[in-house]
Amino acid sequence: MEYSITPPKGLVRIDWPELWRYRDLFLVLAWRDISVRYKQTVLGVAWALIQPVVTMIIFTFVFNRMGNIQSGDGTPYPIFLYAGQLLWQYFSGTLTNASNAMVANAGLVQKVYFPRLILPITAAITGLVDFAIASLILAAMMIYYGIMPGLIGILALPVLILTAVLCSMGVGLFLASFNVKYRDVRYALPFAISILMYVTPVIYPVTMLNGYPWAKTAMIWLNPMSGVISNARAGLLGHSPFQWDVLGIALFVSIIYFIIGLHYFRSTERYFADIA
Amino acid sequence: MTEPIIEIENLGKRYLIGADREKYLSLRDQLAKTTHGFLHRFGVKHHLVPRTEEFWALKDVSFSVQEGEVVGIIGRNGAGKSTLLKILSQITPPTEGKIICRGRIASLLEVGTGFHPELTGRENIYLNGAILGMTRAEIKRKFDEIVAFAEVEKFLDTPVKRYSSGMYVRLAFAVAAHLEPEILVVDEVLAVGDAVFQKKCLGKMREVAKQGRTVLFVSHNMQAIRLLCSRCVLLQYGKVVANGEPEDVSSSYMGEGDKCTGERSWPLEIAPGDHTLRILSLKTVTREGKVCSDFPSGRDVFVELLLDVRTIHEALRVGFELLWQDGTVVFTSFHNDAEASLWPALSVGINRLSCRIPPGLLNRGRYSVAPRIGLHCIQWIVHTPPSIEFSVHVTHGSNQFWVGASSQPGVIRPVLSWTNV
Repeated sequence: MEYSITPPKGLVRIDWPELWRYRDLFLVLAWRDISVRYKQTVLGVAWALIQPVVTMIIFTFVFNRMGNIQSGDGTPYPIFLYAGQLLWQYFSGTLTNASNAMVANAGLVQKVYFPRLILPITAAITGLVDFAIASLILAAMMIYYGIMPGLIGILALPVLILTAVLCSMGVGLFLASFNVKYRDVRYALPFAISILMYVTPVIYPVTMLNGYPWAKTAMIWLNPMSGVISNARAGLLGHSPFQWDVLGIALFVSIIYFIIGLHYFRSTERYFADIA
Repeated sequence: MTEPIIEIENLGKRYLIGADREKYLSLRDQLAKTTHGFLHRFGVKHHLVPRTEEFWALKDVSFSVQEGEVVGIIGRNGAGKSTLLKILSQITPPTEGKIICRGRIASLLEVGTGFHPELTGRENIYLNGAILGMTRAEIKRKFDEIVAFAEVEKFLDTPVKRYSSGMYVRLAFAVAAHLEPEILVVDEVLAVGDAVFQKKCLGKMREVAKQGRTVLFVSHNMQAIRLLCSRCVLLQYGKVVANGEPEDVSSSYMGEGDKCTGERSWPLEIAPGDHTLRILSLKTVTREGKVCSDFPSGRDVFVELLLDVRTIHEALRVGFELLWQDGTVVFTSFHNDAEASLWPALSVGINRLSCRIPPGLLNRGRYSVAPRIGLHCIQWIVHTPPSIEFSVHVTHGSNQFWVGASSQPGVIRPVLSWTNV
């Protein structure tokens, strides 16, 4: 095995065989993040259930009962909200964790070599575990409301999740490297995420935007999560038609986000150890 | 000769330092700079020239390492040792030059990297192993060996945050020591752990070397370098200044090229100290008052400090550290160590303080003196690296074995009394 270490030039390709060699590290790091999270807590993993449930109850009260926002297609509001919230929390959690991945692991980055991509990607894996746990509530709610998931919904689920992963990773990778150099991310991100939730159809249906066509178009084209959430509701709760075109746009835009993020990450990662 | 396992050619690493290269840039600064760059590109001259200073941590470093060699890398702080290791382990890229490697490198830059305090010892072995590049199967295979080496069997299921620092370090070193790379890069691991464990670590590294694997070893511990290494590279200001036998290179490092100076004086403007006191000169002199840098062990050594005292503070302590050639502090002495009636009085103005190191105490070797002046328990006024050096040859002791055996090990060499009780 012979290789040379030289000053970096031009575009760096992704070394897939190397990532594969380090596959154990993905799992170990994801397992570390998950198992560490609930250490020395009384409620443990229950926290992963308490947070979304409480959020759902409060939001239902505020936006549905007080604010009179309806699901628009006859879906009971709590389950309508929860389906959106589930995907939104995956997105925002992954985005937050991926963005902080390099800074939070600065000690590692400065001491040991491994493909840097592993750190933000681990955030996506960890997020999926939380997503799976929180999905149990959705399943329970579907049983309670007597809703059978549509076949399209089940078939499209992997595509929906893939879109959410690509979208959150794209933005997350970009912010992860940006964060190494400019710590503004730390202040901007929590703020941006809470604002973004309102420009994503989490608490309201997209149909409420019918009076504002420009806003609806912008949302569909710029915010892939809107397509993911509206189609997840359509597919799983089955009260509105599944929109393949919207999902296609969401996937397409997510891929673009992902490529931009990945490229930016790869072109800056070599200097992480110097400035982290 | 076979092809070297590592070839380093004209390696250089540049860092940009200066006012506008702060560690944490804020976006606003960068935007301002970018705008300026644009203006510049379109021919608009601007008075705001970005001030960046270049600093070459490494420059034109070339050497190669053969398979199975244990190479020590030494040099003062800031000589570029750690940068070199970081480039070798691909943590940071070089600015110029290249390295050709013919084997997998694993680096042990500070043990315990990636340990998570909340996880148990068992979990951390897996975590740390994976971070260092081991597969799960590999770790599983060596698990028992690692645990036995670290001596933490009983605490395997305790979170490492409850470990003593010794246990922590032992576990960390144990994981790293069981890596099986062709090239192992080690940075200052021996600074930690107790003497017994240090010995064990040295033994482990020797074993690694015996298996024909290559080790690059950075340390300030010259004894360890001499014990372990088959070759030694001395870095100074980012350049290789010596490369050869560990014995020669390490002694040229300790002696900084054999120049032994028994006197050092400073012009007032740059004299070490502050507004209360400054050192004007530091020297070692004989009983007759002659500056000397080579003392027979049977004669007095006087350390003389010339001070310009501006204010007298009651907590003021003036003294020095005597260091042996490997950097060990032999002792520290202050002018007011003894009972108060024996203290030399200090007065405002020029003071010449002298300390007598009695004969029959020091061993053969090179000693250096680092001035230490401070306000007791408040702050240091002078705390600088050694500024003068002197050597000692053994002449004391009346026994023939004693003088003959000039290489009797030890930092000091007192004649002690023996009785048969």
